[in-house]
Amino acid sequence: MSVENGIGASVRRKEDQRFITGNGHYLDDMNKVGQAYGYFLRSPHAFAKIKSIDLSAAKAAPGVVDIFTGADMVADGIGGLICGWGITSKDGSPHNAPPHNSMAVDAVRHVGDQVAFVIAESLEQAKNASELIEVDYDVQTPVTNIAKALAPGAPQIHEEAPGNLCYDWELGDKAAVDAAFANAAHVSKIDLVNNRLSPNPMEPRAALGEYDMGSGDLTLYTTSQNPHVARLIMSAFLGIAPENKLRVVAPDVGGGFGSKIFVYAEETTTIWAARKINRPVKWTADRSEAFLTDAHGRDHVTHAELAMDNDGKILAFRVSTQANMGAYLSTFASAVPTYLYGTLLSGQYKIPSIYVEVQAGFTNTTPVDAYRGAGRPEATYVVERMMETAARDLGMDPTEFRLKNFIQPDAYPYETPVIMTYDSGDYPLAMNMAKDMIDYSGFAARKAQSEANGKIRGIGTAAYIEACGIAPSAAVGSLGAGVGLWESAEVRFNPTGSVTVFTGSHSHGQGHETTFAQIIADKLGVPIESVEVVHGDTSKVPFGMGTYGSRSLAVGGSAIVKAVDKIVEKSKKIAAHLMEASVEDIEHDHGVFSVAGTDKQMTMGEIAFAAYVPHNYPADLEPGMAENAFYDPLNFTFPAGTHIAEVEIDPSTGIVDIVDWAAVDDFGNVINPMIVEGQVHGGVAQGVGQALLEGVIYDEESGQLLTGSYMDYCMPRADDLPNFRVATTNTPCPSNPLGVKGCGEAGAIAAPAALMNAIVNALGKDINMPATPEKVWRAINNN
Amino acid sequence: MTTVSMTVNGKQVSADIAPNTLLVQFIRENLRLTGTHVGCDTSQCGACTVHVDGDSVKACTMLAVQAEGADVTTIEGLAQNGELHPMQAAFKENHGLQCGFCTPGMIMSAVDLVKRNPNPSEETIRTELEGNICRCTGYHNIVKSVKAAAENMGG
Ligand code: FES
Ligand code: FES
Repeated sequence: MSVENGIGASVRRKEDQRFITGNGHYLDDMNKVGQAYGYFLRSPHAFAKIKSIDLSAAKAAPGVVDIFTGADMVADGIGGLICGWGITSKDGSPHNAPPHNSMAVDAVRHVGDQVAFVIAESLEQAKNASELIEVDYDVQTPVTNIAKALAPGAPQIHEEAPGNLCYDWELGDKAAVDAAFANAAHVSKIDLVNNRLSPNPMEPRAALGEYDMGSGDLTLYTTSQNPHVARLIMSAFLGIAPENKLRVVAPDVGGGFGSKIFVYAEETTTIWAARKINRPVKWTADRSEAFLTDAHGRDHVTHAELAMDNDGKILAFRVSTQANMGAYLSTFASAVPTYLYGTLLSGQYKIPSIYVEVQAGFTNTTPVDAYRGAGRPEATYVVERMMETAARDLGMDPTEFRLKNFIQPDAYPYETPVIMTYDSGDYPLAMNMAKDMIDYSGFAARKAQSEANGKIRGIGTAAYIEACGIAPSAAVGSLGAGVGLWESAEVRFNPTGSVTVFTGSHSHGQGHETTFAQIIADKLGVPIESVEVVHGDTSKVPFGMGTYGSRSLAVGGSAIVKAVDKIVEKSKKIAAHLMEASVEDIEHDHGVFSVAGTDKQMTMGEIAFAAYVPHNYPADLEPGMAENAFYDPLNFTFPAGTHIAEVEIDPSTGIVDIVDWAAVDDFGNVINPMIVEGQVHGGVAQGVGQALLEGVIYDEESGQLLTGSYMDYCMPRADDLPNFRVATTNTPCPSNPLGVKGCGEAGAIAAPAALMNAIVNALGKDINMPATPEKVWRAINNN
Repeated sequence: MTTVSMTVNGKQVSADIAPNTLLVQFIRENLRLTGTHVGCDTSQCGACTVHVDGDSVKACTMLAVQAEGADVTTIEGLAQNGELHPMQAAFKENHGLQCGFCTPGMIMSAVDLVKRNPNPSEETIRTELEGNICRCTGYHNIVKSVKAAAENMGG
């Protein structure tokens, strides 16, 4: 039996109705009676000691309710922000995590660092009052570039981190790699910069804090991808309130891309201040604040070397990276350039030995943390730029070189030298499909045609792999994670047969309300209109870990399946009782329960009703029809695929025109192909943004952010992007019940490498991202 | 304080506001029509796009008092008698939105685009939407939505 709107159908999204009619409930759309407005005074300096702060004039300004500083929070016993993943350096020492107060106490360490929180009757009054605060700064020389920060004699940003070093980490067998290089027939080398990015979800971060003096309950409405994690950290480490007295709600959230995972100073301060003044307090970032304070992404400098034998077989891979952490260690920052990066350096290839070392350090810049892909785009960029360079050095076609070195489809489970066990895949299939889609063999003719038109054409490939479905709790625990990464779900029938699904995942654009409803429709035969998905409220849903790392379907969806299994099990017992058969004889098919070999059957709705009105009911069974489940994944999932980009460059302007894009991704089974395609489009667009347009730039001397608005930071717009050709291969994931792998980050992981390889292919020389017209023009003209 | 009056989504509205109130603030804060969003502070993102006397306008670039006497339509006023506007329907049908934050502005711009170009090419759509930033969709399905809507609107 097949089911309407079940697994595999491109169901139109349930959530769209409210968004297309302007009835979404984003955070800034909410207001509370008696609410006051908060505004942060921020540091204008990249690095300065604070000698004194004089609030007296500001406090007397019209409309001011109160003004707080970091000292007030410390006096109140509020702890600093934490990093939840401990990394151990080569020498066995733990990483350096200097104190990170929500508001500065004795020094500011990046432009935009919080100095004071002004609360007033209106936002304008709060802003005006902030101008009357007098801060006496002792300005220090800043350092923003990671290589310079780690060099001897650099300004010392934190006392607790000598030499600005956060950690010096390694993974892999150094001796084996050195030996392989010593005997290699060919060695290729590459130097890469992975440019710093600002995530830029279109909804800026915001917070609305509320305190109920009678009950002592605090409620924080916030733009979060993981409200329970925010509650946990605010309770256990900051001491805002015990978990049972703190409710965190993330309503409709307008995009996240990682940047709304983290527990930030502003949200923390807002909820704390609401209790202090016993009034609701609302804070909404403007875009300038978002550029200054939303955690940035990437910012790596890497040298890599590949050793090969005479046949072009890879022998060993050696990678050395410096990673910029910014001024403080953000919530999961330490894991990004280590366990989300070094562990993916085997790519899709059989590489006998790999060694990677990563030095992470502090600079006077906005903290850097996970951004769409988080470590895996950086790894793919290194691996795939390296492969293309090596192939060119050997005079081989880059796709042939890859095909020669791919892990073969019969090799699973495949253990890499960097502690991952790949479970499934078919890398040659995806690559050959992508080559067909883009007519790879016709490229030479197209290039000649471009040349005749005075243009330069290039083609570039990226065969990426990512580790998603984050993550088996025991595995990440052994690597330093401070949390488990399971997910929760409850499937609750109502007496009339409709269903409410409570999930610990959080949707901020992914379409969970539809995809998760499709799972229920498919498994239990409930019409999709009768399924409601609830997420994002710690007072409604069971403790959950939230959405990031392309984990919602593989982990959150699996939790839903587990709860559904319990529902089916219980329903069979009820059905057996009502149809006077033995439980073993009850068969279940998409919500229809029948007695084997007879025409007796009952629907899920009838059984749910019987469970709530148990007049005729098994004596040993509890009434009601609601089950919850927690799912801890057995392994990561390994989405992989090949993207091929074709570009045409106008040598007179340096403008890169993306003329074609073929994406073939293996996401395992697909629940909603339309949504999956949309995720690929969006991911590729962000990757194209990184490769062609985007880059956070600081003035090295003053530490000022030069790209602090949409006038200076170039976001991809409709006319910067092509249409994409998207296809999937579907090797089911063996480790979870849905056979799914995750699709949210693939595009952002594959795209920068594919596009830069195409540009480098066209130019015949290396350039760094973003490949702006100026840079490309200079490369062409040796200028 | 100054008094401003205009028609918003067919209703006559009037309020006492500070003279420097932006049209977008007036719509969101005074009228509590929160479908019009604010995504930037430099008039770049288009999340705040509304129609003023039939033309699309970034409501963060205009003072409320400049709309005195005008006929303003926001995303909430686009559907008529419970029927989605063809542009709204096309965005849903073609998965032209993900997080939905850019969507009201995108739809309002797209309606104006099709009014001026009843049969727009892909290139025209991409150029015309240059003032609206979407971080989620990669624009592919937005372009598809606008094309489909234009066809349905009889272009
Ligand atoms: S808010 Fe008006 S253009 Fe961004
Ligand atoms: S749908 Fe999220 S910004 Fe466009």
